[in-house]
Amino acid sequence: MTDNKQDLILEMRGLRIETLDGSPLVQDISLTLAKGEILGLIGESGAGKSTIGLAALGYARQGCRISGGEVIVDGTDIVSQPARVKRQWRGRRVAYVAQSAAAAFNPALTIEKQVCEGPIRHGLMSKEESRQWAITLFRSLDLPDPENIGKRYPHQLSGGQLQRAMAAMAMSCKPDLLVMDEPTTALDVTTQIEVLVMLRKLVREFNTAALYITHDLAVVAQLADRIMVLRHGKEVETGNTAQILNSPKEEYTRRLVAEREHAAETVTAAQPEAPAALLTIKQLSTGYNGKKVVNDVNLQLARGKTLAVIGESGSGKSTLARALVGLLPDTQGSVEFDGVTLSPLYQQRQKETLRRIQMIYQLPDVALNPRQTILELIGRPVAFYFGLSKREVRAKVEELLTLTELPLKLIDRYPGALSGGQKQRVCIARALAAQPELIICDEATSALDPLVAEEVLNLLRRLQEQLGLSYLFITHDLGTVKRIAHQVAVMYQGNIVASGDTRVVFSPPMHPYTEKLLTSVPEMRTDWLDDVLALRSSSSSDKTSLTGAL
Amino acid sequence: MNRSYKPSFISNIPLSAWIGIVIIAVNLLAAIFAPWIAPHSETEQVGDIWLLPSAATPFGTDSLGRDMLSRILFGARTTIAIALTITIASFIIGIISGFAAAIYGKWVDVVLSRIVDTVMSIPVLIFALMVLSVMGTSIPVLVLTIALLDATRVFRLARLVAQAIVCQEYVEAARLRGEGLRWVLTKEILPNAMPPLLAEFGMRFCFTFLFIAGLSFLGLGIQPPYADWGSMVRYNAQAINFGQFAPLYPAAAIALLTIGVNLVVDWLLARNSLPHGEEA
Repeated sequence: MTDNKQDLILEMRGLRIETLDGSPLVQDISLTLAKGEILGLIGESGAGKSTIGLAALGYARQGCRISGGEVIVDGTDIVSQPARVKRQWRGRRVAYVAQSAAAAFNPALTIEKQVCEGPIRHGLMSKEESRQWAITLFRSLDLPDPENIGKRYPHQLSGGQLQRAMAAMAMSCKPDLLVMDEPTTALDVTTQIEVLVMLRKLVREFNTAALYITHDLAVVAQLADRIMVLRHGKEVETGNTAQILNSPKEEYTRRLVAEREHAAETVTAAQPEAPAALLTIKQLSTGYNGKKVVNDVNLQLARGKTLAVIGESGSGKSTLARALVGLLPDTQGSVEFDGVTLSPLYQQRQKETLRRIQMIYQLPDVALNPRQTILELIGRPVAFYFGLSKREVRAKVEELLTLTELPLKLIDRYPGALSGGQKQRVCIARALAAQPELIICDEATSALDPLVAEEVLNLLRRLQEQLGLSYLFITHDLGTVKRIAHQVAVMYQGNIVASGDTRVVFSPPMHPYTEKLLTSVPEMRTDWLDDVLALRSSSSSDKTSLTGAL
Repeated sequence: MNRSYKPSFISNIPLSAWIGIVIIAVNLLAAIFAPWIAPHSETEQVGDIWLLPSAATPFGTDSLGRDMLSRILFGARTTIAIALTITIASFIIGIISGFAAAIYGKWVDVVLSRIVDTVMSIPVLIFALMVLSVMGTSIPVLVLTIALLDATRVFRLARLVAQAIVCQEYVEAARLRGEGLRWVLTKEILPNAMPPLLAEFGMRFCFTFLFIAGLSFLGLGIQPPYADWGSMVRYNAQAINFGQFAPLYPAAAIALLTIGVNLVVDWLLARNSLPHGEEA
């Protein structure tokens, strides 16, 4: 970090962004960024961090406008420039890496075409030069077969590879400033590490300045020199990474830092005597259209306990959940619920059986009908299963809202007017309305901000104690598992590779894959990434030996 | 639902929608009270053909010397009633079969879709001609035939919209709860499928006028001497060659009602796409 004026690449002075009807999104943000420096922007959704990131390109999303302040890139205020000049700057001086590479690439064009488009369009390189440069970038990003990977289409690359190809696209014009908007959020923890390493290498190699936008403090701690904490469009505090992590000044930052510390706590150990099994899965195999996704799964869940099924995307954990509720027609093996074998299809199950197993989904936005009020949403299972009168249903819904810590005034609103955390609480209340014994939570907290997720997990834990519920928790987040699960099953490519008490599974000796997962979770310290890399290069548990172990 | 909802509801209707509502109301009143407000009867010849507007015949006379204004007023009855019945019937048939295809999928979808494809492959007018000449040209046959033909188009739209909704998790949640077809169809899918279906309704309604007019011209639609706007345009079309306005009056009536219906549909669409809940 330096104060030398010549090294200053980005300066924002009193930036204000508001919606067209005048409500403020970002208020009075000032920041500076020197060459080769990385500034982390951190905050929950709605904090305005992406809006600030886009402002560095002189861009405001549809329905918003930059209403005040200056965005000075290399000595020139980009906001006041005409559209033609802005266009020349974007990509060439300031480049953007989006969150979802899969959505940002054009599926109809090859990777190479999209990576080379920038330098060619900006007139920086000839076609052949840009191709050679792209190959250099692919190589330095550790993409497999750098000479030929550019000829592939986006769908032929994995998520992590695509994210790296996107970084190559951003670097194609050798910009002075990179804006990275949650570049690893959509990735699995094991892939996240690879991408983080590459991004750090890239920024160091080309001495590029970067704005790194994320909601995950532990991730940004690995890359950023400084961190700016944002909330409701305002700056909470800014400081060196070490200072933010070790001695945060503001209460809000302290809570963000502490959230990860909770993650380290383990649930109270299971009692020695094993209670009766509520759910017994025996040799369950299932898949889609004849393709096996889940192989020979054997699991047991005790009444009043939580079993977490953990794995990366594509490991078959959600498929397992869908098979359990009876949505997949070609399911073999048996599922016993409370001593009775369940029929493999939900259509053949009794209404009473359906009532006793409820489900909570990952995205409350699509799990709640947008055209039903909260009363209708939560009240329907009450009316459907217990046949109560209108007045009784309303009373019951109010009771459930109180139980899930939701304000009663929400009862006549539509889901669209609720926040993400509130919507997920409505989903929980809807599941509880059926008075179930088992709730299957499919990534129920993955789409929520860390602090909100923490509250929802606490709620679920409290409900378990109060109502004696059993949970089957499907997740990819180890922090969640440690906080809520008594037992855990680790899934890898459709197989359970390890299962048992959470403590036992997560303490040595561990299955190599469990170990890899465990060490891939970013920790709240600045030297974590280096430690992991050092550990990995010295130990033999790399990817090749892992596949060998299976 | 909500007590505080009603008064604000009326004042929230935008001007364009009010214009549409007034147009539709005037048309409906004209249709209902035609026998009392029309200066002459529907079939009575009041003078020479294609007379210019005068105090006795405000819109002039038609190709047979009948009063144009009276015929437009009486024509509103048959035209609006039949077009509305046809459109509603086609939507009921199309929506139910389209949703069923989307919900059940598999062979139900295949069978229904292939039937619709087959019907759609035959030119509409020819198909209607065939059915009407075999079954006779009574009004119930006319309504049912056109409704069925129109329903094929509604089916395709309804099926497509419903397919996108059926895979949503809230529908899955309802199915896993054990809800029957009726609940899933009316409470989970229909409210979310409403916007595109409403827009289609506005268009189909107007196409129906023109189709009836086409059939009437071929002698298979609404039978003379009863008036309907479509055939009034056709029979008086030649008057244009003599610098007469005769065909423009019924044409204007069709255009006006079309605009009115679409203004109201536009408003309903805008109202449906609002982010709900803030008013509660």
